Amino acid sequence: MTMPQPARTTQPPAATAALDPERIERIREAAHRIRQYALIQAEVQGQGYIGQALDIADVLAVLYADQLHLDPSDPTSEDRDRFQLSIGHYALALYAALTEAKFLPQKELQSYASDDSRLPMSSMRNYTPGVEISGGSLGHGLGIANGVALGMKRKGSDRFVYNLLSDGELGEGSTWEAAAVAGHHELDNLIAIVDFNDQQADGRSTQMLSMEPVTDKFEAFGWIVRRCDGHDVPAVLGHLIELREIEDARPRVLIVDTTLGKGVDFLEQREKLHFMKVDDAEWAAAHQKLNESAGR
Amino acid sequence: MSTHSTSTTTAPKKLVSGAMSADLAKEGQRTVAAPLGHALVEAARRDERIVGLSADLAKYTDVHIFRDALPERFYQIGMAEQALLGAATGLAMEGYVPFASTYSVFATRRAYDFLALDIAEAGLNVNMVCALPGLTTGYGPSHQATEDVAILRGMPNLTIVDPCDALDIQQAVPQLAASDGPTYTRLLRGKVPLVLDEYDYSFELGRAKLLRDGADVLLISSGLMTERALETATALEQDGIDVAVLHSPTLKPFDEESVVSALGKGRLVLTAENHSVVGGLFDAVSRTVAGRGLGERITPIGLPDEFLDAGALPTLEDRYGVSVASMVARIRSLL
Repeated sequence: MTMPQPARTTQPPAATAALDPERIERIREAAHRIRQYALIQAEVQGQGYIGQALDIADVLAVLYADQLHLDPSDPTSEDRDRFQLSIGHYALALYAALTEAKFLPQKELQSYASDDSRLPMSSMRNYTPGVEISGGSLGHGLGIANGVALGMKRKGSDRFVYNLLSDGELGEGSTWEAAAVAGHHELDNLIAIVDFNDQQADGRSTQMLSMEPVTDKFEAFGWIVRRCDGHDVPAVLGHLIELREIEDARPRVLIVDTTLGKGVDFLEQREKLHFMKVDDAEWAAAHQKLNESAGR
Repeated sequence: MSTHSTSTTTAPKKLVSGAMSADLAKEGQRTVAAPLGHALVEAARRDERIVGLSADLAKYTDVHIFRDALPERFYQIGMAEQALLGAATGLAMEGYVPFASTYSVFATRRAYDFLALDIAEAGLNVNMVCALPGLTTGYGPSHQATEDVAILRGMPNLTIVDPCDALDIQQAVPQLAASDGPTYTRLLRGKVPLVLDEYDYSFELGRAKLLRDGADVLLISSGLMTERALETATALEQDGIDVAVLHSPTLKPFDEESVVSALGKGRLVLTAENHSVVGGLFDAVSRTVAGRGLGERITPIGLPDEFLDAGALPTLEDRYGVSVASMVARIRSLL
């Protein structure tokens, strides 16, 4: 079987040129609100995985404001795309996206990680409408996505399962067990997204246990691979459209290079931390900087 | 260790470990071939939700019978136990009822985190059927799951089943599929002895049952040790020793009521399990006794708290005191 060589990070997706500017602007506005919602939640705790929430906001906006087939009034509808957050510590980003997608009322963000909240610090499937899996222990998500993809094929569903992983999570061997299974079983209804922010608990991912070249690794496991700047909304959208539409038996992965703390300059420039602390006095400034960076 | 002899003519012939596919059944014993595989096919023909998976051990867990009968409902995941449990999780989330097979050591030691968080915490109907529980192979600690029950008893939501024979397995399969939550079964595979059909018995998930009553000794047993407990009882009958056997094939949730109602009759009480004496049936019974404030002494028969030797099963069963002969001798010594 001859396959076309996957595009590299430098090659824009085929669909980008045709994208409607209004569609892009709508996604950018959603991304801005997702970042605002993330800051609102993080302020309740005074700290948290703020950097990651800000770095993945653009990707989640593309998914929740454009790509995913979802119905907030029926979160477990058979006729839905399944979006699974393998990296449970990105919960506040997911709750922000679910708020944007009307799964959660905005006022509930104030309950983030509080006692008896539906929004625990690490996302879990039994707590929150729209949360598909319990994350937290890394290296689990892709394996579960395989089973869901197999199940959806069994029942003849033409929907997709999306699984969001992190670059640090690529260090878990189980991620590669799952990658091999997806390739072997030709799970072409599975789209993985890897947030490559080059940051994990002890430092830069590429200095802890480098998994580069990541694109080559996934390709070798039988995947269609794309890689782009995770803040380039037209590129992310174009790739995700293409990965969904392409006629090919392989599972698909988009690797997004992102900047921790994206959108709030002093957080982007701060010493990179997996778990960021923000002082009480800084929250107003964070919102202000976020608005400035979005041209508002 | 014995010293090497220059002459082999007088040395007793050493038994060999045997191949991995060796059956447990004794010569001439009534057996059923691959009871799990056939029961699973039968259950799957009635229940469209059932699917089968294996991690490169379908042939060694009798799941190849299912694979060959219903190939479109079987997934070969390869030698990847974490991915096996992940795939089973996802299929269960989509409404299917997976039966996933591997060896007990790999499911419990290697893939524990996946069984715990993906399956048990979520309360999904995933059924692990795992071969080589306790001392059922002479391959040594790499394949002998002597502490699998100890590993798993602390896991909330999980049902643990330790069947005695082919009948237990055949009757358990549809009940495992019908129960909502996750299950782990200590599988006997190949030509599996048929024992319990001679008793007024049927497998009921969560229930222990008295197979025979007796005034002098109470043996509380699970798994293949129930067969040995029954043989021990027969052997002791010759000496006028009257042995009761209470079979508890479900280790969790544990049928405390049946155990408690069998206690307090002035009998010598022993547990018999194909597992370490730490963390298995003996602990479940002791916990029951202590929790009810009963003063009964319980004597464990089981595998020692150590990594076992490699070798031939009959040799090892004698060495570790779980053969019928050693059980008989043990009980005689205690009376």
